[in-house]
Amino acid sequence: MTRLDFDGVCIDLAATRTVSDVSLSVAPGEMVGLIGPNGSGKSTLLRSAYRVLRPVAGAVLIGGEDVWGLSAREAARRRAIVTQHTVLGAEFTVEEVVAMGRTPHRGTLDRDGAEDHRTVRRALEDVHMAWASGRSFATLSGGEQQRVLLARALAQEAGLLILDEPTNHLDVRAQFDVLDLLRDLGMTTLTALHDLDHAVSYCDRVAVMAEGGLVAVGPPADVLTPELVHRVFGVRAVLDTHPLTGRPRIAVASATRAQGRTPA
Amino acid sequence: MPRTPADRRAPSRGPHPVPGRATGLLYTALAAMLVAAVTVAVSTGTVAVPARDVWDVVLRHLTGGADRLDPLQDQIVWDLRLPRVLVAAVVGAGLGVIGVALQALVRNPLADPYMLGITPGASLGAVLVSATGSTALSGLGMTGGAFVASVLTMGAVFVIAQRGGRLTDTRLILAGVAVGYLAVAATSFVQLQTDPQRIAGIMFWLMGSLAGAEWSDLRLPTAALVLGTLWLFTQGRSLNALMAGDDTAAGLGVDVHRLRRRLLVVTSLMTATVVVVAGGLGFVGLVIPHIARLAVGAEHRRVLPTSLLTGAVFLVLVDLAGRTVARPDELPVGIFTAAVGVPVLLWLLRRARRSEGM
Repeated sequence: MTRLDFDGVCIDLAATRTVSDVSLSVAPGEMVGLIGPNGSGKSTLLRSAYRVLRPVAGAVLIGGEDVWGLSAREAARRRAIVTQHTVLGAEFTVEEVVAMGRTPHRGTLDRDGAEDHRTVRRALEDVHMAWASGRSFATLSGGEQQRVLLARALAQEAGLLILDEPTNHLDVRAQFDVLDLLRDLGMTTLTALHDLDHAVSYCDRVAVMAEGGLVAVGPPADVLTPELVHRVFGVRAVLDTHPLTGRPRIAVASATRAQGRTPA
Repeated sequence: MPRTPADRRAPSRGPHPVPGRATGLLYTALAAMLVAAVTVAVSTGTVAVPARDVWDVVLRHLTGGADRLDPLQDQIVWDLRLPRVLVAAVVGAGLGVIGVALQALVRNPLADPYMLGITPGASLGAVLVSATGSTALSGLGMTGGAFVASVLTMGAVFVIAQRGGRLTDTRLILAGVAVGYLAVAATSFVQLQTDPQRIAGIMFWLMGSLAGAEWSDLRLPTAALVLGTLWLFTQGRSLNALMAGDDTAAGLGVDVHRLRRRLLVVTSLMTATVVVVAGGLGFVGLVIPHIARLAVGAEHRRVLPTSLLTGAVFLVLVDLAGRTVARPDELPVGIFTAAVGVPVLLWLLRRARRSEGM
């Protein structure tokens, strides 16, 4: 299990400060949800940990090592990522997609060995997709594709998982499938989420971003107060108990439509 | 809980006709087809030479004792036909491999040396030399002109597409198409200014041809093919990752921009050596990789060898058709590559549309 630290990270995109001075730590085994409105800098922050965007100030540390001090390969052995809306440029099979996760572990001329096949098989079983290994990735549903991409990340055998809105475009059951899986895996996980209730139900802590900066970090029930949600997202919100699960949930409503009860 | 297999259609079966474990068999079959195609191509012509005699000539040349051959047959097989057929095989193999690499480079199934401006640039170089007479361009010769121009074109595409050394797929395509159009326009302009007697020579560079290929034409493209392909074979995993997008590839440990720079240099040099001997052959680099993917799927470690062998067989046969269909006249091989390439492309588009549910 690997820890992740953003230490005073500033990122410029096209000469505009897009992320400013973000410090955030994810402890080993912890699941942290990164939330914030569109354009608040969530994806930009994550892309610095992908080793795609280089911070102009600060550092991204994976297991205590600066990700930009590692080679691309070394970084890929320490952290796996699942990006938003993955489209493959060619028709790969499910097994081939998951086997891509072995890339950082194998030399350029190494063939896939028995160990690779075992790892791929196990990763597919972990996400309950072993039945689809020979199928074309493109023919799967959105939820199945997302589980396969998760399996690819698992096949990377990294101690840290970074995801960018993994439930986007999925139907409601597929969203829960993916989130349940993430919880069950118990890995160090940082995931951007757009659904506040997912953050409340699944994350140990949430980190709230607005306009490129970190606004609040902590347990969801402490952080997502009606005031903060209104200030950051511009909606009304209330935290109460979910009638089905008995756990905390967040209900949100438009701030401009006045009808209905106001939260106590 | 997630759906169980029972919810779904029949258990998984590979979507491709050639499953992974059968690729060795496929390579053997393609190699056998190549040998057969080369034999047929060498034995066919105005004077037919039986296949057995073709091999007799070849073996005697390789093992010594060529002096005991029938001089006419020896000349036809060894001096006239064999070099041309082997050039066709090397050029076809090269274009097949280049196409695979370029399509991964820009993550676009329509990419080929034409789209990235390299072939039009090379043609312009050759045509310029031919039109002005090589003395004006310091004795470069058409071959040298084509080579220099394709390297310059690659440089121009790179300079336009890059931002701080970073190469993205969209910018590469736009830069390649822009530079390519410019080269085609300039070529047309030069053509209009040219003495009509020289037009035939110019057509070679525009349409592509293997007529008159000699043993000496084989050296450069073969060396480029061997070196370029060996390097590309080591990049199979990285090319797969590149197909999943820049961020994902970076997440898998691929240095995306460094890989793109290297791919651009290697494919441009390979293309330059091909254009120098075969002119502006279209469609082979575009269509052959798709045919290979239809057979073995998207995994580059299988697509590259399949495309290499398929390209070689394809061009040997297409060149054979070009010089036999309208005998004794010869039709430019470019006409046949397009005649076969366009229908395949249309079929692929239909197929792609169906799988996208459009």
